[in-house]
Amino acid sequence: MGKTFSEKILGKKAGKPVAPGEIVEIEPDIAMSHDNTAAISSTFYKIGVDKVYDPDKHVVILDHCTPAANEKFAQNHKDIREFVAKQDIKNFYDINEGICHQVMPEKGYVWPGALIVGADSHTTSYGAFGAFSTGIGRSEMAVIMACGKIWLRVPETLKIVCDGEFQPGVTSKDLMLKIAGDIGADGGLYRAIEFCGSGIDRMTLASRFVMTNMAVEIGAKNGYMIPNDEVLDYVKSRINREFEMFESDPDAVFDEVLHYNLADIEPMVAKPHTVDNVASVSTVRGTKIDQVFFGSCTNTRVEDFEVVVSILKGKKVHPNVRMLVFPASREIFLEVLKRGWIADFVEAGAIIMNPGCGPCMGNHEGVPAKGEVTLSTSNRNFKGRMGNKDAEIYLCSPRTAAVSALTGRIEDFREVVDCRL
Amino acid sequence: MKIIGRVWKYGDDVNTDVIFPGKYTYTVTDPQEMAKIALEDLDADFAKKVHKGDIIVGGKNFGCGSSREQAASCLLYAGVGAIIAKSFARIFFRNCINFGLPALTSAEAVANLKHGEQIEIDMEKGKIKTESGVYQFPPLPKEIVGIFDAGGLIPYTQRKLGIEPKEQLNNEDN
Ligand code: SF4
Repeated sequence: MGKTFSEKILGKKAGKPVAPGEIVEIEPDIAMSHDNTAAISSTFYKIGVDKVYDPDKHVVILDHCTPAANEKFAQNHKDIREFVAKQDIKNFYDINEGICHQVMPEKGYVWPGALIVGADSHTTSYGAFGAFSTGIGRSEMAVIMACGKIWLRVPETLKIVCDGEFQPGVTSKDLMLKIAGDIGADGGLYRAIEFCGSGIDRMTLASRFVMTNMAVEIGAKNGYMIPNDEVLDYVKSRINREFEMFESDPDAVFDEVLHYNLADIEPMVAKPHTVDNVASVSTVRGTKIDQVFFGSCTNTRVEDFEVVVSILKGKKVHPNVRMLVFPASREIFLEVLKRGWIADFVEAGAIIMNPGCGPCMGNHEGVPAKGEVTLSTSNRNFKGRMGNKDAEIYLCSPRTAAVSALTGRIEDFREVVDCRL
Repeated sequence: MKIIGRVWKYGDDVNTDVIFPGKYTYTVTDPQEMAKIALEDLDADFAKKVHKGDIIVGGKNFGCGSSREQAASCLLYAGVGAIIAKSFARIFFRNCINFGLPALTSAEAVANLKHGEQIEIDMEKGKIKTESGVYQFPPLPKEIVGIFDAGGLIPYTQRKLGIEPKEQLNNEDN
């Protein structure tokens, strides 16, 4: 009987064949943490170990509240800088680099067949590169610092086969929202999700990223895709090591298989306050918005900027809308700057912010007021997520966000004359 | 071990942002302060009225969202004795085990429990005694029971590494 990707890679790490449901103790290749590293470090010292087991395994990236919003956040960052210096953690990226999940692949900490854990739920993202990656808690990260190991349950796998081609302007974000609506926020609970099919093979790296990034929003332990040529070229240009790729066997046993035809996918939104409260954008057309958050680790790569700038160029953001723009990383910021797009954004009235998480989890840089509506390209719209429980968040694709920024209402881009494709 | 307390009943998909809002994750670190924030965006009364040993009951996917372990620890600091749900989000479940907070699954108990009723949980026997009857919950996998029995991941790791536990600071976030 064949094995799935997750069974193979966990088996390889555990040094024995494994089956779903089994619990294995493994040593991850890479362990990522961010602004929570100060808290992790204090738990680490509480264990009673003085030196980090393998400092080179750890990657620390400051992104969640950068630059510091107040003295408490500032102290938090300072504690982290001191900790990484003392423990000789060289893979440290200060507040100038961007969102951890983008910086990780950019700096070469992600490769096909890698086993990566992160003290952040969206660590599932790296499955777009053929890695096994999953989120863990702070104490677990402290234990990895102390002894290098963690327990993981071998997951069952949900296979989602995506064939066909999107209608013009429809993207992987719309697809992911559609899937979340269909199977629910717990539809992938405890399971691995393997995305495959001709639609996934053809997908750009940035589009794939959206799907594995959001795999956790439907409860999954990890998301996975077989790397395509673009992924392999990207990875090879950033790392200097050999890697072994794992793929599910043709006769692997899947827990469940779902099929999607990309041609059937419409532009979607997730309405407040859950990711599975989804609707076709046509049903919420006209909803007044106060803020557009073009940010987060989900949808702010060069490809997303290209879409948004093509809509905003030469036009003006609606006077009642604040449009906040956060490139996912310094590298992406530099690229869009070189392409001249930043000027187009500024002329349109958008506000260019520094690469980082911004208001995504409500720390700073654009927290909404009571009763306000934010249209967001991020991955999560829980009540209070952006720092105000009396505000509403709709999730959508960058294209829907851009078109809506111009009119101050949620728009269906298929109906907006100048934006028809 | 027996846990006796009143039920605080909530619905499906209780997420980490309503349990412990993101805006506090790097700034509120004192256990007593964390306890005051517990469930702030879901039920403003909870933290004021919860008693030691009280039991939270939720629907499916309890604890979905962020990896922040304060969502588990703030409930512990608030005095919560156990959580019963139809299902748990995986990182939240791990965090509960790692803090020694019982996270029990029983769809049947969830369906029948009433807000405010007094119940008793027998951890050894895997039973929940309620006004409407006795419900069974599945035991933890044997590999994980050790973590739970040691009182959480940190004491478990200390034991494994042969480290004598220092006085518990009970404050994971400074
Ligand atoms: S951008 Fe948002 S979802 Fe992504 S890592 Fe930052 S806070 Fe988390």
